[in-house]
Amino acid sequence: MDEADRISDIWGARTPHARDESWPVRVDMHLDGDVGEADVDRWVQSACVLCSNGCACDIAVKDGRMVGVRGRAQDTVNHGRLGPKGLYGSWQWSRSDRLTRPLVRENGELVKSDWDTAMGRIVERSRALLDDVGPLSHGFYTSGQLFLEEYYTLAVIGKAGIGTPHMDGNTRLCTATAAAAMKESFGSDGQPGSYTDIESCDAIFLFGHNMAETQTVLWARVLDRVHGADPPRVVAVDPRTTPVAEAAVATGGVHLAPMPGTNMALMNALVREVIHRGWADRDYVYAHTLGFDELAATVEPYTPEVAAKICRVPASDVRRAAEIFGTSPRVLSTVLQGFYQSHQATAAACQVNNLHLLRGMIGRPGCGILQMNGQPTAQNTRECGADGDLPGFRNWDDAEHIDQLARLWNVDPLTIPHWAPPTHAMQLWRYAEQGSIRLLWISATNPAVSMPELARIRAILAREDLFVVVQDGFLTETAQYADVVLPAAMWGEKQGTFTNVNRTVHLSDRAVDPPGEARSDLDIFLDYARRMDLRDRDGAPLIAWTDPEGAFAAWRECTRGRLCDYTGLSYEKLRGGSGIPWPCNDEHPEGTDRLYADGVFPTDPGVCESYGHDLLTGGSLDERTYRALDVRGRALLKGSPYTAAPEAPDDEYPFAVISGRTAYQFHTRTKTGRSRQLRRAAPEPWVELSVADAARLGVAEGDVLCVESPRGSVQAPARIGRGRDGVVFVPFHYGYWDTPAGRAPGDDPHAANELTLTEWDPVSKQPLFKVAAARVVRVADGTGPAAAPTTTASAPARPGAVAGTVGGPGAATQERVGESAPPPAPPTPEHTPGVPRHEATDRS
Amino acid sequence: MHLATYLGLLHHAEHTLAEAFRRVGDGHAAEPDVFHLCEVLARQCDRHTDALVPVVERHDERRETEPERLLTAGLGETRSGGVGLLRDLQDLYTLASFVDITWTVVGQAGQGLADRELLDVVGTCERETAVQLRWLRTRIKQAAPQALIAAR
Ligand code: SF4
Repeated sequence: MDEADRISDIWGARTPHARDESWPVRVDMHLDGDVGEADVDRWVQSACVLCSNGCACDIAVKDGRMVGVRGRAQDTVNHGRLGPKGLYGSWQWSRSDRLTRPLVRENGELVKSDWDTAMGRIVERSRALLDDVGPLSHGFYTSGQLFLEEYYTLAVIGKAGIGTPHMDGNTRLCTATAAAAMKESFGSDGQPGSYTDIESCDAIFLFGHNMAETQTVLWARVLDRVHGADPPRVVAVDPRTTPVAEAAVATGGVHLAPMPGTNMALMNALVREVIHRGWADRDYVYAHTLGFDELAATVEPYTPEVAAKICRVPASDVRRAAEIFGTSPRVLSTVLQGFYQSHQATAAACQVNNLHLLRGMIGRPGCGILQMNGQPTAQNTRECGADGDLPGFRNWDDAEHIDQLARLWNVDPLTIPHWAPPTHAMQLWRYAEQGSIRLLWISATNPAVSMPELARIRAILAREDLFVVVQDGFLTETAQYADVVLPAAMWGEKQGTFTNVNRTVHLSDRAVDPPGEARSDLDIFLDYARRMDLRDRDGAPLIAWTDPEGAFAAWRECTRGRLCDYTGLSYEKLRGGSGIPWPCNDEHPEGTDRLYADGVFPTDPGVCESYGHDLLTGGSLDERTYRALDVRGRALLKGSPYTAAPEAPDDEYPFAVISGRTAYQFHTRTKTGRSRQLRRAAPEPWVELSVADAARLGVAEGDVLCVESPRGSVQAPARIGRGRDGVVFVPFHYGYWDTPAGRAPGDDPHAANELTLTEWDPVSKQPLFKVAAARVVRVADGTGPAAAPTTTASAPARPGAVAGTVGGPGAATQERVGESAPPPAPPTPEHTPGVPRHEATDRS
Repeated sequence: MHLATYLGLLHHAEHTLAEAFRRVGDGHAAEPDVFHLCEVLARQCDRHTDALVPVVERHDERRETEPERLLTAGLGETRSGGVGLLRDLQDLYTLASFVDITWTVVGQAGQGLADRELLDVVGTCERETAVQLRWLRTRIKQAAPQALIAAR
């Protein structure tokens, strides 16, 4: 057994291996203080909810409290490993300043109350608005952090009970583009690839994905290939010198650092190169895709030189990256916020799909696409329809799909709003701003820090005519604006399931009791449905279940025959062993590792989740137009020209400012900010700028800077880092709950979203967090270096200039390598369950 | 030959549509998607106008005297609020539909004359105009219920 400080050593000990060998097991464990493994009373099965990776773990319980975690060796996702957030951040918050009683607003103040009063107020307002205005007065804004059972229950309440189309989640800000890109290319949401592709790829492309910090355990998996025999080449697209970019250089790959907002020009050039240099697999393209000629025409103007000029990267690097993609036998691609939160998000993410389709690299070992998620349970928000989707990946524009749901819920199909796609978050907030949404119910998320243009969001939350309900474990910035605050049980205090990036479903059992009067989010939703007396068309209660397992059973029925088929799963089956990836049914009881092995996709009308959109405008195709395409199970190659971003640096605002993440914090820090080790590792925000920009502005490390955009400003110490010139980086985690001002900037504005703009991708509607223009002003001398981590992309440009980030004795973590054999990978069916069969298109 | 007249008409209509997109975008700048896409589509209309210039010039020598009341009227002041947005988008839809069918008319003449250059221009612009209509229809459908039922 080895001991490691997993603050300074984020990815832990290497267990290198060669291509096509399994990833060895390493069990990571961290326990509080002097608690030893033998002192633990109980280990309760769960998986980490501090990023989308979904590492399986057991929660250590002692004297009725959570005291640590241990990775599950038998799980296919993490083979026993955990990262810093999971180790130090997943349980410590449970013993701090939790909400223990409902709060209601009296004379402008939030005061302690009880469940009857709080729920009574919500129901009273809800009823009055339904009578007066109707369902369009209600908006539900949820999260990427609840459990599947909670989302599904919320979806049924909203869509079949209240009948409002205004239902979305924070997932809009983090993963909407992943879903949108898969719908456009493959007809449906559903991750084609698997983590097991890491073991067998020859090249790995990370598009706008700093995996080393966002999914640290997944990166450890990549590092074990990079350090083993026949390592894959890494290609990184990122304006910062991330650990991923360093790996790109070390493996003979390429680091491309395009100017923010120009991804589409780069992607068009890569697609063009693959076509021009003859690397496309013509047979695959012919048999399994539609739209090649139009795509080829669209990308034709984007020579490497044209892209190089727009993106400000060397044309030779563009060529080299295309060559690696075009000539490596097996390529794995991953995509995240650098694409999803930037300009032309869906169009750019679709080009990643196109690269794989052109080379026929899908559904085979090492040939995967991982359109990543940000938040841990984002996949479930999408599947269950608690965001702007319909449950079970159903198509809002397909009358038969609506009928299926109406039959399942036993309601009139007209109750289910389907005259247009469900309202996306940005529009939902706009309706609240205009006063037509008058009840906004926010669950388990913190828009007062996470949404763009915070001054605007605060003004909306503070509107007199908007009744705000917030359901959370803590008095977040957002909760402080609420009319009613409902105390929610959190991870480890309730039961449920959730699904990670590669479709793996995990069960999370209840380890301890929730504090005070806190209730699970599921119980809160059920209570609302009961008090509202929501009924089906025969007068029976609309929601027939009363506990998580009942909700799971109902959800299973909802997925029957769909791509996200859960019918082969149960709590019993998920307990004890590994998580299992859907689709999982009677025929495929062990689940599905990779989708689309035979190149047949769920694009048929009648099956597809969407008829698709024009990528430039987001205009949607109607059923007739789509049917006329005669897709027959083929994937769609869609393109778009590059267009200039809505905001670009100019004389007044000469910098591009991008927001992003650090390895030690999650989201708005409600959990990780309450962990001693994580808080120490990344205590406060910083402003990162390049060496040349710092020299030009006369800025030294630690000097206090003010970053100003047309919308607001942020003040923080300078980190002279390793990003590209002209780009400033600000971490987005830091709000105000732990400052004197509490919910708003006061005289210390430091939330990155003070700067960002209200603007979104036309297809996925994901906001553009990475294209704001700003100016940078030095306002004061520093008192020492910025407290930015040195172990990550925020490392100082001059090594050794700043004391290294360490965890110290309190961060001791045990790592046990190779105690058991790696779990076997799940099977890959020859034909994907839930997808209609088609014979390959014949060339004649 | 009246083709020259119709090319002039189309040129004018695309120009009018570009202006209308810009006007609606500016008038509804608080709807960021409308603001941004109207600008993108206005620029698309500008390109259509430019693409027409050589064809117009080529056919201009054979212009007949122009019949009356051919030109389309532009947009007046934009309206405000949810219903105002809806109505303005409908105006855009009407204008864009006019442009769309005019491309069809001109395209038919191009076929009759076997004018390859003209047919190429028609092909691209017609496709893009169809996308403009598609976006307008999508946005109108989305906006209608809230504007008509819940807005104050
Ligand atoms: S990689 Fe993600 S899921 Fe795994 S331990 Fe870290 S935060 Fe948790």
